[in-house]
Amino acid sequence: MLKNMKWRAILYAVINLVAVVYLLPTFVKMPTWWEDYLPSEKISLGLDLQGGMHLILGVETEKAVENTVERYGTDLEEMFFNERIPFDHVKKIAKDRLEVQIVDPAARDKAGKLLEDKFSVMKKVKVEETKDGIIYILELDKREAEQIKKSATEQALETIRNRIDQFGVAEPTIQQQGDDRILIQLPGIKDPKRALDLIGKTALLEFKILDEEGNLDDALKGNVPLDDQVLYQREVNRETGEVKKVPFLLKKKTLLTGDRLVNAQVRIESQFNEPYVSLEFDARGAAMFEKITEKYVNKRLAIVLDNNVYSAPVIKEKISGGNAQISGRFTPEEARDLAIVLRAGSLPAPVTILEKRTVGPSLGQDSIDKGLLAMIIGSIATFLFMLVYYRLSGLVANFALVLNILLLLAVLAGFRGTLTLPGLAGIVLTIGMAVDANVLINERIKEEMRSGKTLKASIDAGYTRAFLTIMDSNLTTIIAAIFLFQFGTGPVKGFALTLTIGLLANIFTAVAITRLIFDYFVVERRIKTLSI
Amino acid sequence: MELIKPNTKFDFIGKIRYALILSWVLIIIGVISMIAKGGPRYGIDFKGGTLLQIKFAKQVTAGDLRGALKDMGVENGSVQGVGAESDHEFLVNFETEQADLEEFSQKVSENFAKKFGKDSFDIRRAEIVGPKVGKDLREKALLAVGLSCIGMLIYIWFRFEFRFGLGAIVALIHDVLITMGILSLTDTPIDLSVVAALLTIVGYSVNDTIVVCDRIRENMPKMTKQKLTDIINISVNQTLSRTILTGGSAIMALIALYVFGGVVIHDFAFTMLIGTLIGTYSSIYVACPVVIFWGNLFVTGKQRRR
Repeated sequence: MLKNMKWRAILYAVINLVAVVYLLPTFVKMPTWWEDYLPSEKISLGLDLQGGMHLILGVETEKAVENTVERYGTDLEEMFFNERIPFDHVKKIAKDRLEVQIVDPAARDKAGKLLEDKFSVMKKVKVEETKDGIIYILELDKREAEQIKKSATEQALETIRNRIDQFGVAEPTIQQQGDDRILIQLPGIKDPKRALDLIGKTALLEFKILDEEGNLDDALKGNVPLDDQVLYQREVNRETGEVKKVPFLLKKKTLLTGDRLVNAQVRIESQFNEPYVSLEFDARGAAMFEKITEKYVNKRLAIVLDNNVYSAPVIKEKISGGNAQISGRFTPEEARDLAIVLRAGSLPAPVTILEKRTVGPSLGQDSIDKGLLAMIIGSIATFLFMLVYYRLSGLVANFALVLNILLLLAVLAGFRGTLTLPGLAGIVLTIGMAVDANVLINERIKEEMRSGKTLKASIDAGYTRAFLTIMDSNLTTIIAAIFLFQFGTGPVKGFALTLTIGLLANIFTAVAITRLIFDYFVVERRIKTLSI
Repeated sequence: MELIKPNTKFDFIGKIRYALILSWVLIIIGVISMIAKGGPRYGIDFKGGTLLQIKFAKQVTAGDLRGALKDMGVENGSVQGVGAESDHEFLVNFETEQADLEEFSQKVSENFAKKFGKDSFDIRRAEIVGPKVGKDLREKALLAVGLSCIGMLIYIWFRFEFRFGLGAIVALIHDVLITMGILSLTDTPIDLSVVAALLTIVGYSVNDTIVVCDRIRENMPKMTKQKLTDIINISVNQTLSRTILTGGSAIMALIALYVFGGVVIHDFAFTMLIGTLIGTYSSIYVACPVVIFWGNLFVTGKQRRR
């Protein structure tokens, strides 16, 4: 019995020591030798406690499919043109469908072969011969469409991760959720609006030529020439915050996109000290840019980002070397963010905000202060209560309670857990359950003592009887908590996590550790009465 | 120290009739309140919408904010002061069919800036939940609640007799129903943290019932001469000091959470507080009667303790 007790004491001491080792880095800055050999994981604070932004974005994957089909349409037109196949039109008639009309029936074989060879992902669903030619209805292969959707989400995730990395946020969380959702958590972010602009921007950069022959006034009335479109330049007056929209009539055809960029940097223009973004194209992009500037010399080239015109300078001469610039009265932050999104590339499809939660750092601090205050007051009240009611046995119970919290926090640190406000509530509930366990044991011991048993027999019987009840009640709560953790979201999860760990620790501290202490006093010190 | 003297014999079971009336009155009031208010009041987590927590640096009343919202054409916005009045802190909540919630909340804060001065307030918390996510969260929460209840029922069934499991489940439905009713009466919106509180209540209620049932089960073979109602009454009395001690200390900790915990866990603590009170009461007055009732109904004369 004595030997057995000694080993138990050593085992329990080791467990608690390990817990202290795991918990220390969270509270104290450890020296480097510690970090080399011993655990250095820390408990981090949830967004609700340290402030920050929680975002769920939905990727409009349907739009990615649509874009792809649209691009196939343009490719097809170009190919017909190059192969000299006379056609009337190629147009998108549904999200995943194109209608193609060949004028000359003689070109049927050639066109058919071309479609088969180069556009095999577009399935022919209908071929119709009319007096005006042959009409093909093409539909994007379903499996291909699924593939596009899948990779759109993955690519969006990658691009957003890139942008956030370059923006510089400490310990961001960026995860895919479900098929087309992206979860982003940015702890401690100071300017949520700016971060949101940076993340959510599609950042599709396009170069288009101005249609200077077309009539802009007519177009604004609704008579937009075929192959043209009207886009606007937003001019914000920095003093008044007023937004002015300047319309431009542009040729629809995109001459060059941001895909061909290798770099984008912020530069300061020397004359007015205004920042601009300098662009650098890859070899093919540089060649394309040279060809465009040669062909359209003396015309105006619009630089369009996400359907907003940024600038439309006149091409003075052919530009070789693959460099261009975007200027547009930027603030230094705007210029920097624009360079980041251009470097990180465009999103394959637009994203929408499905859920956004921001907590300011002042509220976070408030929550920590108030949560801790509530916990400390609640704990002190509980401690006093146990002491007054159970005297020395209450002290034992309180000791177990402290160890319970220690173990709970150590496990949380070991798993790099996050402490949230609901997590704090879980700890409060753990304290409640721990008190319950000790109350159950102590009341039972009292009862057994009243029936005339010796102290040792009473303690034995008390623990044996109460243990079953404690197991039952803790296990049912743990079962509930595990389901909560598995299927719950956000705050519910944090609550379930601390509760589960806390209750598991509780079974150990409230039953095993207090038992050891009682046993020590009864067997070793041979006490005959118990202050309970 | 002893709060409850040993051999205390309150006649709990004799007063079942009054308890039954009390329970039904509470349930019916709650249900009427829920029906009158068109179902339980969901927070933005489950319904979609926007929540802003705004702290003003100067004297602003909830009425001022309501007026400002109304000027913007927001009909179903609600404004609620939080904390002490001198904090000038408010929760502004609006449901909107607006597709772009982000842009909308931007507009609201711009409007407030115009009306109350640009630097006179600080938006300390902004939560936007789209309707799609709201529906998802609602379904997930329901799933979590349903599954954890089933999990607990199976455990109790496995460890005890079926009638105890039934008693526990009836007690927890009773607790959740009354708590939901009180939430409806006090206009507390049900959000994710309140669901977490409801689940804790479920856990607590079951836990409490288990302690009493455990004692009944232990006493049954010892007291074969006694009637079941007497055994239950003795068991309830034997566990009474534990019930009061545990319930008391839990309620003490929760009051601390409720009073000092701050705005964000206010509703959570409130829900827990009510649930714990009801849960303590129900393990005596709901679970036990169900066990007795079930015993009278289905257990044959031989099995029944007489």
